[in-house]
This record gives sequence, structure tokens and C-alpha cells, in this order.
Amino acid sequence: MRYHPLTDADRSSMLATIGVESVDALFAELPAGEPSFDLPNQQSEINVERALNAFAKENLSCADAPSFLGAGNYRHHTPASLDHLIQRGEFLTAYTPYQPEISQGTLQTIYEFQSQVALMMDMEVANASMYDGATACAEAAAMACRVTKRSRVLMSGSVHPHYRDVTQTQLKHLVLDIECLSPDPIGIEDLIGRVDDSLSCVVVQNPGFFGHLVDLTPLSEACHAAGVLLVACVAEPVSLGLVTPPGAMGADIVVGEGQSLAGPASFGGPGVGLFATQERFVRQMPGRLCGETVDADGRRGFVLTLSTREQHIRREKATSNICTNSGLIALAFTIHMTLLGEAGFTRLAEVNHANAVTLANKLGAIKGVKVVPQAFFNEFSITLPKPAAAVAETLAQKGVLGGVPVSRFYPRYEELENVLLVTATELTTEGDMDLLVESLTEVLS
Amino acid sequence: MTDYTNTTSGNRGLVFEEPLIFELDSADSTGVDLDAPEHDMDRLGGLRRRGPVGLPGLSEPEVVRHYTRLSQKNYSIDTGFYPLGSCTMKHNPRLNEKMARLPGLGDIHPFQAESTVQGAYQLMDTLATWLKKLTGLPAVALSPAAGAHGELCGLMAIRAAHQAAGNDDRMVVLVPESAHGTNPATAAICGYSVESIPGNGNGRVDVDALTARLGPDIAAVMITNPNTCGLFENEAKVIADAVHAAGAYFYMDGANFNAIVGRVTLSELGVDAMHINLHKTFSTPHGGGGPGAGPTVLSDALAPFAPVPFLVHDANGLHMAEHAGDKDAPQSFGRMKGYHGQFGVFVRALSYMMSLGIDGLREASGDAVLNANYLRVRLSEELTPSYDGICMHEALFDDRFLKGTGVSTLDFAKSMIDEGFHPPTMYFPLVVHGALLMEPTETESKATLDQYCETVLALARKAKRGDAAEEFLSAPHLTPRRRLDETQAARKPVLRWKPEPLKHAAE
Repeated sequence: MRYHPLTDADRSSMLATIGVESVDALFAELPAGEPSFDLPNQQSEINVERALNAFAKENLSCADAPSFLGAGNYRHHTPASLDHLIQRGEFLTAYTPYQPEISQGTLQTIYEFQSQVALMMDMEVANASMYDGATACAEAAAMACRVTKRSRVLMSGSVHPHYRDVTQTQLKHLVLDIECLSPDPIGIEDLIGRVDDSLSCVVVQNPGFFGHLVDLTPLSEACHAAGVLLVACVAEPVSLGLVTPPGAMGADIVVGEGQSLAGPASFGGPGVGLFATQERFVRQMPGRLCGETVDADGRRGFVLTLSTREQHIRREKATSNICTNSGLIALAFTIHMTLLGEAGFTRLAEVNHANAVTLANKLGAIKGVKVVPQAFFNEFSITLPKPAAAVAETLAQKGVLGGVPVSRFYPRYEELENVLLVTATELTTEGDMDLLVESLTEVLS
Repeated sequence: MTDYTNTTSGNRGLVFEEPLIFELDSADSTGVDLDAPEHDMDRLGGLRRRGPVGLPGLSEPEVVRHYTRLSQKNYSIDTGFYPLGSCTMKHNPRLNEKMARLPGLGDIHPFQAESTVQGAYQLMDTLATWLKKLTGLPAVALSPAAGAHGELCGLMAIRAAHQAAGNDDRMVVLVPESAHGTNPATAAICGYSVESIPGNGNGRVDVDALTARLGPDIAAVMITNPNTCGLFENEAKVIADAVHAAGAYFYMDGANFNAIVGRVTLSELGVDAMHINLHKTFSTPHGGGGPGAGPTVLSDALAPFAPVPFLVHDANGLHMAEHAGDKDAPQSFGRMKGYHGQFGVFVRALSYMMSLGIDGLREASGDAVLNANYLRVRLSEELTPSYDGICMHEALFDDRFLKGTGVSTLDFAKSMIDEGFHPPTMYFPLVVHGALLMEPTETESKATLDQYCETVLALARKAKRGDAAEEFLSAPHLTPRRRLDETQAARKPVLRWKPEPLKHAAE
């Protein structure tokens, strides 16, 4: 086997040193008998490539079709240097930085990541990452319950349905009551009227799942007056280049999905969960934190810190059970943000918004199509005169990935059957837009 | 002797001092150029950001150099021997990276029309088949994102099964004292209280103590096998039978499945649920702390409660069941991860499995256990193994060999860094004093193991000589940073860079 360096001669000599007759004899404590597995034997690199290529060819890649898909996963341009850097073996094949003297590379990148995330969200501190946006949202709600010592959670209909589902699952044995309001395609739900001092937190998303941009300030003021924390989700962090961040509107915990800045969607995983909050809550935070310190010679260095919150020290009293997180995807996020910088990040967001406005204008001009949100960033919902799932399927057959039907998430809500989510990014060309308009017009006529 | 290592720049040859990106800022620089949009129509509803984000500007060459220099401050498998116990730091084949980047696998969106992603579904289905066949269990939930997340999947399924059977007064989970911290932390998220079961003095669970505690309040028993001492729990089946007889479920923590893959099935061991760390057993890269994936295999009793999403075969091919409570998933306990799980990790793991095949996987577990026993025997010349006899994929030593030397486990581990080796896992498991847990993996050559053994034996002799304690206490000496002050980091947390005025305001 090409990955195994031991030769038969090595094995014989090592067995002699150990004093056993065979490798199998080392497994004498396992149940006797050789189980049968009915699986193929080893294959050459060439054959494995062929086999996996065959799977790949059965898929329609977003590289081969104009894509307007979003719903929490966004396709942006990935600079060539990014993928090169994250494949450096020193990053790729290192473990969690438990020995800081030989992990300063990973540790400093985590520190830079935490700093960038905090700045983007306009929050005081951020952690080293969670699995994804949905699990980060669940952890935020759990943290809000610990901080407030209350056990009711109110989730807005603007929050990504997967974030809502994961939060409900993960908190079901911990929290008294998680109320998920009905999906809110039009953006009219009344959250402020529901805030009272029995709630630990209100969870919202901005831009919302249906695309709406909302000023969270009145809601955060109402929350704080009742001792309630405001948890804000950001599923598309590119928006923060142009849109007022949740921290500036009074959010107490901001979570998000960093995939859109880290690389291709990879069918939805792995992503990277972003988690930021205020300094006074830091000891209730889940996940790893990297901090600055000095070494024995007084030079600046970085270590994992405040680990008395974590499972390997606190066991059943830990703030979370998370151990492995999304290190490499966080690194990709950080490298992309560093490449962009202030000027590049702002420009990226401007181009996304401009393309989305252009697309909204074009789609809104099609007979029977209505653009729903007044204010949005790079994604918006449209209503169609017929069911969106069938339309999306027909568009896909024509080679256009035209949008995400909301019925995929909310099959039980008939009133959402005709709603399609549509996204434009910096990768969307005029030609792509015209193709979508043309195909959609044809499908609807 | 003159000290020539104090340079003007602070750099030392190939070891560079590297500032933070914020200290390399040159205002409007960027490494990404996009044309300005042709129009400035604003539909932001008055929510345009006021003021800058505060990000530094760097050009592409500056960014590439910055992260290249930082990478060089890391120890990695590619660089050297990384015997970090319980972490399975084996070679990460680059074929797997290449496969994950095929546009048909990397550049696909989770919510494309299902007819356009049948290849992705087939790949997931193939991975699921491999995992089911390798474990002998009938079902697998692919979506958990890491080992701890897989534990949560297993325990959530167990709690759902108890609830469905009207047994929800079972509120205690038993965990051996040697367990990884994620086990009790996970049980707590499921609302369970946790009780610790002692060891038997031979590094294994005290079966009598465990069975004596079984009763109508016990929901589940979680046992890592091979355990965190690197030993096979040879009474696993006895434990499983007793657990089942008491009406509870048997969760096996599969963090160490790599030691026994291809040599036993879990059905033989009476397992109801086990997570598999694809980033350990199936060699997907650790990436400095993730991402991983923790698919969780389930017995017939637990399979109906598996989380969504999962694949079902229907007339049009494969279809993703995405909603708990729907006809495809009537008893599912819910969703625990966004989208469809760690697909990019699935691609890499399947690429690895297909490369090895069942014969290669058997060889992998064989060589991993052979290498660990070789270390155990050779190092026993000077070090003190915690338990007698054959170990599995990792060898556990304690600090008795350092007694009276003035050198601690930590000091000894740090001195290994100067010798060019990554230290073993230190002070874990907690059941032995000053633990050093060494996991060599199957992808290391005999020459590497011999060099490591000779080095560690020489260090042990030096420590025992008694005249070199200071050298150990101040190690490492040859790294980009010496020992770091962790107490200061925790006492006065500085968790992010701040612009100067803010820094002053905070003081």
C-alpha cells in the first residue's frame, strides 16, 4: 500500500523486538474469527481518480452553469493565492495548536481571524470558529440562556430555516421553550411586541432569509429594556462590506456562516461558524479562544486561552462539547479577508449589491414576477405565478441554476410555494442575467 | 563564546519575525481588484455602513509572504513525526485534496435541483455503504460535523428512543473516568447527569462497578474502545449485554476506531451507536483544528431516530429526506447541522477508503498497532509504561521514570521539541500520573521510529542523570518562541488586535 512505509522485513524485525509471532497476534484480545466485509481491495491512484471523476460528472457544477443560488451558501470568486496558501502542508497537516511553541503559525492566524470577525461584526470579541452558521446559532441561544439564567428563546421568521431547526434540536433538552415564528417572507412580523422579561434572547437574521435588510436598533433597545439579549445571524458576511453590522445596531451576540468568503460551497460543507460577542460575556462563550501573551524571552506570542470554559477541563459543566472546529476554513476566510482588505472588501460588497439591484430590476419587469423586499443586499425573494420548485427544475434542465425554491425548506407552507430566492454576486454577468430572464420568461409563458 | 544569534532584524536565518496583518497595513492596498460597479443604485434601505470596517490593506505578494512565513512556524505531519496520542496524525494523501477540488464535487451548491446532484448523492451513499459494512451496523447518520457532534447524534438518538418507549425517566449516563471530556459534556447537552465509572487497575473499565450501577435510571453507557489508555476493552460484549439487559443503550466512542478497522464488527461488540472521526481513521486533514466529520452508525433500535438529512432511494434515484416528521423521517430527532453535512470531508474520506480498500485498511490497523507496540517495548528500556502487555494503536507512559529528577512530563515533552519531534499527548488520560500518550500511526517508517526511540531514550537518561534539569525546565530553546506565559494570557485576556486609540481608551 503506497501510504504504508513498513516493509515485510521491517515487520518481522519489529515483531521479534516485541516478542510476538505475527501482526494478527497483537489483536488477540479482539473477538475470535475474521469478519467478512464484502468490500473491494486497494486501488491505484489512477483508478480512484477515475471512480471519483465518475461521481463528479453526474453533477451539474456551478462552474458550468450560471448560478443564482444562495439561501445561506454563496458562490464568490476565490483568489488563486488563497487555495495555494491553505494547501501548505504546515497549515493543512497540523493539529489543534496544543504546543504553542511549534504552532505560532496557526495561533497567529486564529488571532487575526478573531480580530477580523470582531471588526466586521462590530463586536468586542470573536472565537476561533464553530462548525457552521447553524450550529453557531444554536450555541448563541444556549449561551444567552446561561447569561440571562432564563430558558425561553424567540426565533424570528427571518432566520435561516436550518439555523432554526438546528437550534431547536440542540436546545431541546436544555431549554424550556423555543418559539419559532412563522416564516416571514414579507418582513412584517412584530418582534418588539413579543419581547418580555421571560425571554433569554430574540434571534434574528440580517439580511434575512428572504433577503430583507432591517434596522435592528429598535428591537435591540426593546430587548435590553427587558434584560433580553439580541442574537443576530449573518448568513452572508460579504454584506458587512456595505451594510451596518449587527454590533452597531445593539446585538449582544452575532453569529454567522463564513463559507461565502472561504471558498466554494462544496455542497454545503465544511463551512465555518462565526461567533462574536461582548467582552463581558467572554467566560460564557463556547469554543476555542486564542489570546496574546509573552514567551520566556518577553517576546509577543499567542496561546489558546480561557480553556476552563471547555470540555477537556470542565467536562459536563463546559459551555459546549465542541472540540474540533473549522480551523482550515477559518484560515481560508482570514486569508481572503486579508487579500481583500478594507478597499477590496467594500468594493466586493458594492459590486454584489449593484448586480443584485440590476437583476431585481430585470426580473421585476417580467410579467407575473414580483420582487418582494424593498431593501436587500445581494439576495432577494421573488414571487412567481406558479410553483417555484418546478420552475427551478425546468430552469436547471435548461442549464440555468435559477434560484432556490423556498418550498424546499417549508414544504408545509402553501403560501410559500411560489417563492424563489435569487442571488447575484460579483461572478454574475449581464449575460447570465439576460439568460435567466429569457429562460424564466419562457418557463412562465 | 560570542552569541551571534542576536540579529538586528530579529530574524534568525530562515526563522522570521512576522508582524500581525494590522501592523503591515498600507491604507488603500488590496490583493483583489474588482472593477467599480457601473451604477450606484442603492436599495439598502438606509442601512449603509457608516465609517470603515477597520481592515488593513495589503497587496497580494505581502499576503502570500505573510501566510507563508506563518506556516513555517508550525509543526505538521508533512514536516515530521507527530505522535500525538488520540489524535491519529497519519499522512494526508494529496489525492484526496485533488478530488475534493473537482468542480463537479467542490463547486456544487447544496440546494441545486436534486436532478443535478445525483453524483453527489451517489458519493454520499457509497461512503455510507463503506461505513456500514466496516462497522456491521445497519444505518449511518452522515451529517455530524466532528467527533463530539457525532456523540451528540448518538445520545440524541438514544434519548429519542427512550422517549418513544416511554422510558424518559432514565436520566443518567455512565462514563468511565478515563473518558475524553467531550463524553460528559455531550451527555449534559442531552439533559443527562453524568456518573463516572472507575477503572479496574489494568487500564480498563471496572466491569463489576459498572454492572452494579446499572438500573432503571440509566439511559446509556459511553465507552471508548480501544480506550484512551490505548487498550482494547476486552469485556465490551459482556458490558453491552449487561447494559441491554438493564434497558439502557451502549454508545461506543469511535475516536480510536483506526486501531481495529477491518478486524472486528461493532455488531459483534453489541454496539448501539458509534461515531467515526473521518479526520482520524480515514485521514482527512486536521487543518490546525478542523474541519472534521463524525458520521454516526446506529443499530436497528436507534436507526428510526436518526437526524435529517439522509438519503432515500426512490423512483427518480436518490432523494434527500430533509424534514423531521415527514413521511421519510417520521421519528427523526431533528436536524443537527446546516445543509448536508461535511461533504468536502466525505469526498476525501471516500478517496482514502477506495485507495486502501479492505486489505489496505486491515494493513493500516495492523501497522498502527505494530508501530505502537514497537515504541512501547523499545521505550520501556527507560520510560515507565502504565500497563503491562500488548497495547493497541497508542502506547501510554506515566512519569514514574522522572521521579526525583526535577523534570516534569511537561518539561520532558518540551525537550522533545528541540530534538525535532512533536511531543506526545501530555497529562491525558487523567487516570495515570503525568501521562505521555504516544500514537505513531501506520504511516511512519521503522527508521523514523528508531530515531525517535533513540532520542527519547537519550533524553530519559539525561533526565535521570540529574545534572541537566535546568535544560529541561527551560526547553524548548530552538523554536520561534520559547515557553509562553499561559497564566498571563488567561488573567488579562487580549483576544484581538485593537487600533491604538481604542487600546488607550481601554487602559
